[in-house]
Amino acid sequence: MADDVISVRDLVVGFDDRNVLDGLTLSARRGEVLGVVGASGSGKSVLLRTIIGLLPKRGGTIEVLGQDQSDASDEEWRGIERRWGVLFQQGALFSSLTIRQNVQFLMRETLDISQELMDQIALAKLEMVGLTPQDADKFPSELSGGMTKRAALARALSIDPEIVFLDEPTSGLDPISAGELDELIRTLQQTLGLTVFMVTHDLESLYSICDRVAAIADGRIVAEGTIETLLKSEHPWVKAYFGGKRGELLAAQRKQPQPANRGD
Amino acid sequence: MSATRLLTSEFDGSRLALSGGGAWTAHHAAELEALLEETRAKATGAKTVRIDMGGVTAFDSYGAWLLERLKREWRDAGSKVTVAKLPAQDHGLLDEMAEVNLDTPPPPVRGNPVIEGVETVGRAGVGTGREFIDFANMLGSLSAAAFDVIKRPMSFRLTSLVHQLDRVAWQAVPIIVLITLLIGGIIAQQGLFHFRRFGAEDYAIDLVGILVLREVGVLIVAIMVAGRSGSSYTAELGSMMMREEIDALRTMGFNPVEVLMLPRVLALTLALPVLTFIGSMAALVGGGIVAWLYGGMSPEIYITRLGDVISVAHFKVGIIKAPFMGLAIGIVACAQALKVRGSAESLGLQTTASVVKSIFLVIVLDGFFAIFFASIGL
Repeated sequence: MADDVISVRDLVVGFDDRNVLDGLTLSARRGEVLGVVGASGSGKSVLLRTIIGLLPKRGGTIEVLGQDQSDASDEEWRGIERRWGVLFQQGALFSSLTIRQNVQFLMRETLDISQELMDQIALAKLEMVGLTPQDADKFPSELSGGMTKRAALARALSIDPEIVFLDEPTSGLDPISAGELDELIRTLQQTLGLTVFMVTHDLESLYSICDRVAAIADGRIVAEGTIETLLKSEHPWVKAYFGGKRGELLAAQRKQPQPANRGD
Repeated sequence: MSATRLLTSEFDGSRLALSGGGAWTAHHAAELEALLEETRAKATGAKTVRIDMGGVTAFDSYGAWLLERLKREWRDAGSKVTVAKLPAQDHGLLDEMAEVNLDTPPPPVRGNPVIEGVETVGRAGVGTGREFIDFANMLGSLSAAAFDVIKRPMSFRLTSLVHQLDRVAWQAVPIIVLITLLIGGIIAQQGLFHFRRFGAEDYAIDLVGILVLREVGVLIVAIMVAGRSGSSYTAELGSMMMREEIDALRTMGFNPVEVLMLPRVLALTLALPVLTFIGSMAALVGGGIVAWLYGGMSPEIYITRLGDVISVAHFKVGIIKAPFMGLAIGIVACAQALKVRGSAESLGLQTTASVVKSIFLVIVLDGFFAIFFASIGL
C-alpha cells in the first residue's frame, strides 16, 4: 500500500540456532497508532529493534518511509533515521547531559538554528510532555521513572519525526501516570500527525490509544486489526490475553457509556 | 522547496501583511528564523499584522513555535495580530504551542568571580578532607565486617575470595612477569653502562639486587595492580551502585561491605605479596639475562655475586610493604566506587580517581616505610 510508512515482509530474525521471528509480515499506515502485543520473550522488542536497525535480520525485507533497509546506502539510511524518534524502554537518556541538553542533542547536530530558538523549542517540548522548565536542568539520574519516560519522549520528538517507536512506554509506571502518558501520546500523535509504532504489555494502552493492534506469537503475527477484531480471534494466546480477568474487565468498561467529563 | 519563499512581507507604514509559503518545518527553521527577524526589524511600528498561512505546505512544531513567537512579539509591541488560512489540522498544534513557554525563565545568576574562585578553593580543601574521612570510614567498615566474619566464620564468602584471587593474582601473573622482567633488564643495562666507566661493572648486580628487592619490585607491582585491579573494582562496584544492586543487597539484610568488598580487599591484600615475590624474581632474572648478554657475565657469576650482596633483610623490606599497599589499593577502590552517582560520566570519573589516588597512596606509603626502616636500621 502506498501509505504504509513501515512495511515488514517475511522477516526472519534469530539468535544462535533459534529463530525468534520467523516469517513475520506487518505494516503500519501513516498517521495511525499501531500496538504490538505478545507474551514476554515473543519477540516484540526484537521486531522493534530490527526495524530500527539495531539487530541484523536473517531474511525478509524491511521498508521504512519507502526505503528498503538492505538497499539503502549509509547516507540514505541515516536520512531515514533522522525522520524517526525512538523511546527506549529504560529511557536511554544520556546520563551525563541535562534533560535540556538531551532534548537539544539532535537539534544541535542536525539543525542550524540559534541557541535561543533551541532553548525555546526544547522547553516547549518539555512542557508538551508535561515537564516543567525547572526539570530542564536536572540530570537523568535525578528523575523519577515517569519523568524519565516523559523526558525520553521529548527527546524522541525533538526534531519532529514522522514515526515514533515506543518500546513499552507505560511499563513501570503507576496506572495514573500510565494513563496520562497514553493521553499524551494520543494528543501528540494527533497534533503532530505522527505514526506511532508501539510495543506494549499494557491492555489499557491498547484499548485507549491504539488504532490497530497486532499480536505476535510463535514468531509471526497471529492476529491483526482493531481491538474488536482481536477480541474475536481464535488464536489461543490472543484469547488468553484478552480473555483474562483484566482483559474482560477492560472490555466490560468499554461497553459502558463513557462518563461525561472524561478529562481531556 | 526553496522555489517558494518561506515568507513574503508587505509593509505600508501601519499594516504588515505576511504570507507564509513552503515547508515551515524543522529543516527550514534556521532560514525562517532569519526571515522573521528581518521583517521584524524592517516593519517596526506596524499597527496590524496579518499572517496568511494559506501557502504553507508543511507545518510542524518548529513552524508552530515560530508562528506563535511572532504573534507574541507583535502583540507585546502593541499590534493587532491575525493568523489566516491556517489549515484545519494544524490548529491543534498552534493551540498547543500557545500554552507553552509562557513565563520566560529567569536569566542565570552570575556571581562575583573572586568569591567563586575562593569558593572553589574552599570546596577543594573540604573535598580533600572528606577523602581522608572516606578512606578511614571504609577501613573502619572493612574492619568491622572482618570482625563480624571472625565471629561467624561460616558466613565468610570463600568462593568469592577464591574467584577474586584468581582474577587479581593468578590472571595478573603473565603481565607482571613480563613488565618486571623488562624493568630488571633495564636497571641492569643502565647499571652496567654507567659503572663500566669506573671499571665497577660488578656493582650493577648490587644495584639490581637491592633496588629490585627493596623498592622497585613492590612499587611496580603495586602500581600495576592499582591500574589493573583497583580500577576494575571501582568500575564494577560503581556500576552496581548505579543500578541499585548494592541497595538491593542491603535491603535483603546483607552488608555489602562484607559480601562484596571484604573478599575483594582481602584478595588484593593476599595477592600483592605473592605478585611482589613473583615480580621481584622475574626482575632478577631479567637483570641476569641482560648482564649475561650485554655485560658478558655468566649466570654463575651473576648468581654468586647476587648471593653475596643481598640478604633476607632486603627481601623482607620489600615484601612487608606489599600487603599494606594491597589494602590501600582495595580501600581506595571501594571508597571511590561508593561515590558513583547516576551518570556514566561519574563512573568514569571515580574510576580515574581510584587509580590516581591509589597510586599516589602507594608511593606515599612507600615513603613512610622508607623512613620507618631507616630509623630501625633495616
